[in-house]
Amino acid sequence: MMARGPMGGRAGGPFREPSGPPQTTRHPGETLRQLVGQLRPEVPRITLAAVLASTGIALTVIAPRIIGNATDVIFNGVVGKGLPAGMTKAQVIAGLRLRGRGQLSQLLSGMNVTPGKGIDFSELGVILGVVALLYLLGAAFSWMQGYLMAGVAQRTVFAMRRDVEAKLRRLPLQYFDSHPHGDLLSRVTNDIDNVTTALQQGLSQLLTSVLTIVGVLGMMLWISPLLALISLVTVPLSIGVTLAIARRAQKQFAAQWEWTGTVNAHVEQTHTGHALVQVYGRTASTIDDFDRKNQKLYAASFRAQFLSGTMQPAMQLLANLNYVAIAVIGGYRVVSGTMTLGDIQAFIQYSRQFTMPITQIASQMNLLQSGLASAERVFEFLAAKEEAPDALGSSPAGPTQGHVTLEHVEFRYVADIPLINDFSLDVLPGQTVAIVGPTGAGKTTIVNLLMRFYQINSGHILVDGVDINLLPRERLRSMFGMVLQDTWLFAGSIRENIAYARDGATTEDVVEAGKAAYVDQFVRTLPDGYDTVLDEDASNISSGQQQLITIARAFLAKPAILILDEATSNVDTRTEVLIQEAMARLRSGRTSFVIAHRLSTIRNADFIVVMDAGRIVEVGSHTELLERRGFYYDLYSSQFSPTSEYAVADPIPQ
Amino acid sequence: MTLIRVLLSHLRPYWRQVSAVVALITCQTILGLYLPNLTADIINNGVAKGDIPYIWRTGGVMLGVTLVQGIIAIIAVYWASRTSMGVGRDLRGSVFARVLHLSSREMNTFGTPSLITRNTNDVQQIQLFLQMALTVIVGAPIMMIGGIIMALREDVSLSVLLVVVVPLMAALILAMLYVAVPLFQKMQVKIDRINQVLREQITGIRVIRAFVRSDYEEHRFETANADLTATALRVNRIFVLAMPALMGVMNLSSVAVLWFGGHLVDSGSMPIGNLTAFLAYILQILLSVLMAVMMVILVPRAEASAERIEEVVRLQPSIADPAHAIVPAHRKGIVEFRDVTFGFPRGEQPVLRDLSFTLQPGETTAIIGGTGAGKTTLLHLIPRFFDATAGALFIDGVDVRERSLESLWADIGFVPQQSYLFSGTVATNLRFAAEGATDDDLWNTLEVAQARDFVVSMPGGLDAPIDQGGTNVSGGQRQRLAIARALLKQPLIYLFDDCFSALDATTDARLRAALLERTRGNTVVIVAQRVSTILRADRIIVLDGGRIVGLGTHEQLLASCSPYQEIVASQLGEAAA
Repeated sequence: MMARGPMGGRAGGPFREPSGPPQTTRHPGETLRQLVGQLRPEVPRITLAAVLASTGIALTVIAPRIIGNATDVIFNGVVGKGLPAGMTKAQVIAGLRLRGRGQLSQLLSGMNVTPGKGIDFSELGVILGVVALLYLLGAAFSWMQGYLMAGVAQRTVFAMRRDVEAKLRRLPLQYFDSHPHGDLLSRVTNDIDNVTTALQQGLSQLLTSVLTIVGVLGMMLWISPLLALISLVTVPLSIGVTLAIARRAQKQFAAQWEWTGTVNAHVEQTHTGHALVQVYGRTASTIDDFDRKNQKLYAASFRAQFLSGTMQPAMQLLANLNYVAIAVIGGYRVVSGTMTLGDIQAFIQYSRQFTMPITQIASQMNLLQSGLASAERVFEFLAAKEEAPDALGSSPAGPTQGHVTLEHVEFRYVADIPLINDFSLDVLPGQTVAIVGPTGAGKTTIVNLLMRFYQINSGHILVDGVDINLLPRERLRSMFGMVLQDTWLFAGSIRENIAYARDGATTEDVVEAGKAAYVDQFVRTLPDGYDTVLDEDASNISSGQQQLITIARAFLAKPAILILDEATSNVDTRTEVLIQEAMARLRSGRTSFVIAHRLSTIRNADFIVVMDAGRIVEVGSHTELLERRGFYYDLYSSQFSPTSEYAVADPIPQ
Repeated sequence: MTLIRVLLSHLRPYWRQVSAVVALITCQTILGLYLPNLTADIINNGVAKGDIPYIWRTGGVMLGVTLVQGIIAIIAVYWASRTSMGVGRDLRGSVFARVLHLSSREMNTFGTPSLITRNTNDVQQIQLFLQMALTVIVGAPIMMIGGIIMALREDVSLSVLLVVVVPLMAALILAMLYVAVPLFQKMQVKIDRINQVLREQITGIRVIRAFVRSDYEEHRFETANADLTATALRVNRIFVLAMPALMGVMNLSSVAVLWFGGHLVDSGSMPIGNLTAFLAYILQILLSVLMAVMMVILVPRAEASAERIEEVVRLQPSIADPAHAIVPAHRKGIVEFRDVTFGFPRGEQPVLRDLSFTLQPGETTAIIGGTGAGKTTLLHLIPRFFDATAGALFIDGVDVRERSLESLWADIGFVPQQSYLFSGTVATNLRFAAEGATDDDLWNTLEVAQARDFVVSMPGGLDAPIDQGGTNVSGGQRQRLAIARALLKQPLIYLFDDCFSALDATTDARLRAALLERTRGNTVVIVAQRVSTILRADRIIVLDGGRIVGLGTHEQLLASCSPYQEIVASQLGEAAA
């Protein structure tokens, strides 16, 4: 995942790297409404933050105006010192007029000058003291505002993450099976991160930027409506220039992104297929191909960088144009005595402050758009249909016997394709059901139904005579133990992974289960024993050992009914023997449903359920099915017969 | 510093461009520093004196300067972008070519994912850093020095302020970074953790529900979530302090300039307009300090990338062509192992020990043994992915180390355990082995590999698209295409590394029969997991712990070799008994 955080989104201007394919929001209004809904509990704090922000900005925005007064005090002092002491201002002006210095006299008339007196430092001191105080208070308010909003953003995201995780627990299994895991993951991780960034940076800055624009514009209008108007003319001009450049640059950034993808894919597959490229003598041609793509990437990135780099000089030119215009018009006004020098300086400061928040909003917009698009994907996920709530039935008291009955069960994943039709089977406690069939025959379907991962369409499944639809799901599932081929171990110690099967399992329980599942032997050779921490893919132990751990887990759960998958992959011969023995031991005395791959299991099973293309095609015992000479007979004779040329160790291909 | 070394060596072809960029940015900065002078003049001589024509004139000059400055800036960005993107391209190319010439040993020590990251992300980091350096960093010191000179020119005594303000600003930023950066890294770790928990919940959904551990998962997630939120809050609360603090320092310095400057103006030692100019300079200096310090945080990241890149670029492949390659007199494909021992560097025990045997053309040899017995390693010695640590391997009487790699590889058709296809089409993947092959050749080979039927049914046939890695076809189809690719090469020696595992029994049988026909005159080596697939091999080598514990036909081994009997018993179970 890309590092993104407080500094991530701020990189604006010419250095913005392509941050991914452009994202769009299908229902921006609706998504925005939902996002605002998420913010509801924070309304008091947001209000307080808005008040703080307005106050802080007001203070900061007034300051240059007061600094203008300070400039005036200095200017008055300078001019005053140059005039003869003892005369009044009126006398000086009259004298100047007489000498034909009309312009200067006009200038003086607009000033607060005491001839002969220098700068009034006590007045200057007071003014600057006030300014310093305003700046300090402004900074303090703006910090408090940011502090509050950080809390708002983080708490909101905290709640969103919690909702998403809670949602994961309420979705039916079908949702997980029918949505690519990658997409799901990206919604609950990347998209949430994206929303965080948008909330954390976007919200607070947008607020500040808008308020600053309003404040600055107000001050400009107050000082001089005419000059304010002139400055406003440059706004659409600079927006136009920004858009014109941005549109072109964006196209190049998209091209850069695309070529980056192509080049990276080329690197990835060449390095992955390294040995092939060498042995097949393709080194030279692969490098040629790479160079061509690399050159395209270079061309696109160069154009993107260059185009976005022209933005800054263009804006600079516009800003200076504005400056000259203000200076010229302002010059006239000062001369005519309608404005003071301090006013002009204050105005110039404001006009500089005016463009900054505008460009900031432009750069925040990208961030907010992408945040909104992500929020939509998160809300979509949160709106997905949930599992039906548990029925309020009474669960049978006492230990489970393991008597499983299927009565006229019908099931289909897709409406028009019935997979299981009127299927009935009575499995007594301790009996074994073997499920066989070629790869992709849908052998896990029965597992899905027994555990109520999926809902049957009609008929009944009973455990110890109770319809499983009337049992709370958790109660039902705690009767079962499950060992799947797809070992699921989480990042944590081996002890934690085994203890996962039962709440409050003691160390003795774990070791006992470990011994039963042949885990104990290899765990003792590890330096940290049961406390050895597995990494995320459990790649620090072999896949055979991973399977043994999942068997230990099932031992610890002490279930009445077992669901086992006998298939093993990438397991060496000796570990395979251990796995088979552990599974056999686990099965003894328990009702078992086994996705069977071993001849002995199949032969000794009480029932064999034969599946093909998602359907149950035959049910019966080994001898019955052989006599029937149907699908099972073919399967058996082509794959299990020792006389076949390619007698098969793992009879059902994986 | 590695970063500087890497940049300097790759910037050499661009020295003209780099000099131009430095010169242009210097000009641009000097002009930029001249601007406050002009604004001061406009105030001093124009606005204050009411001289409108002067304002027009100077304003014109000012716009002219801005225009020239803008043009210079654009030219500078042009060359800076050309240079940094060019260096990025060159680096990417040289890392790529270097990796392609590495041998398997180096591939293993670095790991493919790491090499991919070095070739892509790390290069991008350097490229980004260089772009920043050539546009922003180059300007910062010039701006700072120029700003200080100009400030001194305006007034020496007022410039004393800089001695206070600049260090204060720098210290403030560094302090904030000092606190925030480690926190920020911590936050990243916690984001990774929460994502990991979510990933586990999604992939393990069946297990979680089967074992009724939703409450436990909820608790695990809550902890991670609260933990992340706490850290994120701390980081962000520090970051929101940054802007007000920095703006505060800047604003207060301008107040100080007015106060002290006022005294200077009053004593007549400084014209009032210079006050404005001085204010502009001090802001410019502080901005360049800000930029320079922000750049400093980019350096460690770029440095790390540079080190990772240099590690690869400097690497000498451990396996390379000999100085004087020997061409075998007759190329037949006779492979001879003479007392071959092989161990990985730093490995405690050798993977293979004292192997001696000869493989003849027209024979099929199977290698079987448990996981970690050394089957794949043995196979990899033949195309010199690794060199024997002791003993020697001869092909057609010549030690493989004395042949050129190109000629050696030309004799070998190799199908790895993980059959891998490249993105493109069925045809481009097959022609990977033989560029000039006709469509008929392709179809014939597909027929042998039992792949004709499914290729025909794919949309586009030979031109059907194949995704990177071959993920859009099934495992069995991928294996058959990889086999077809090897067949099309028509080499002397075939190496099949357990590449029939995803085929169903019938296809497997048909493929083996067709292969036998096609490879009649060749040396064929097959690594296998399943005994059933090698019953008819001319010779079976049984490996255990890196040693040959059995060598012979199935019948011979079944009669005499106990490790082989063990394997057969465990795999065929009662069926074979």
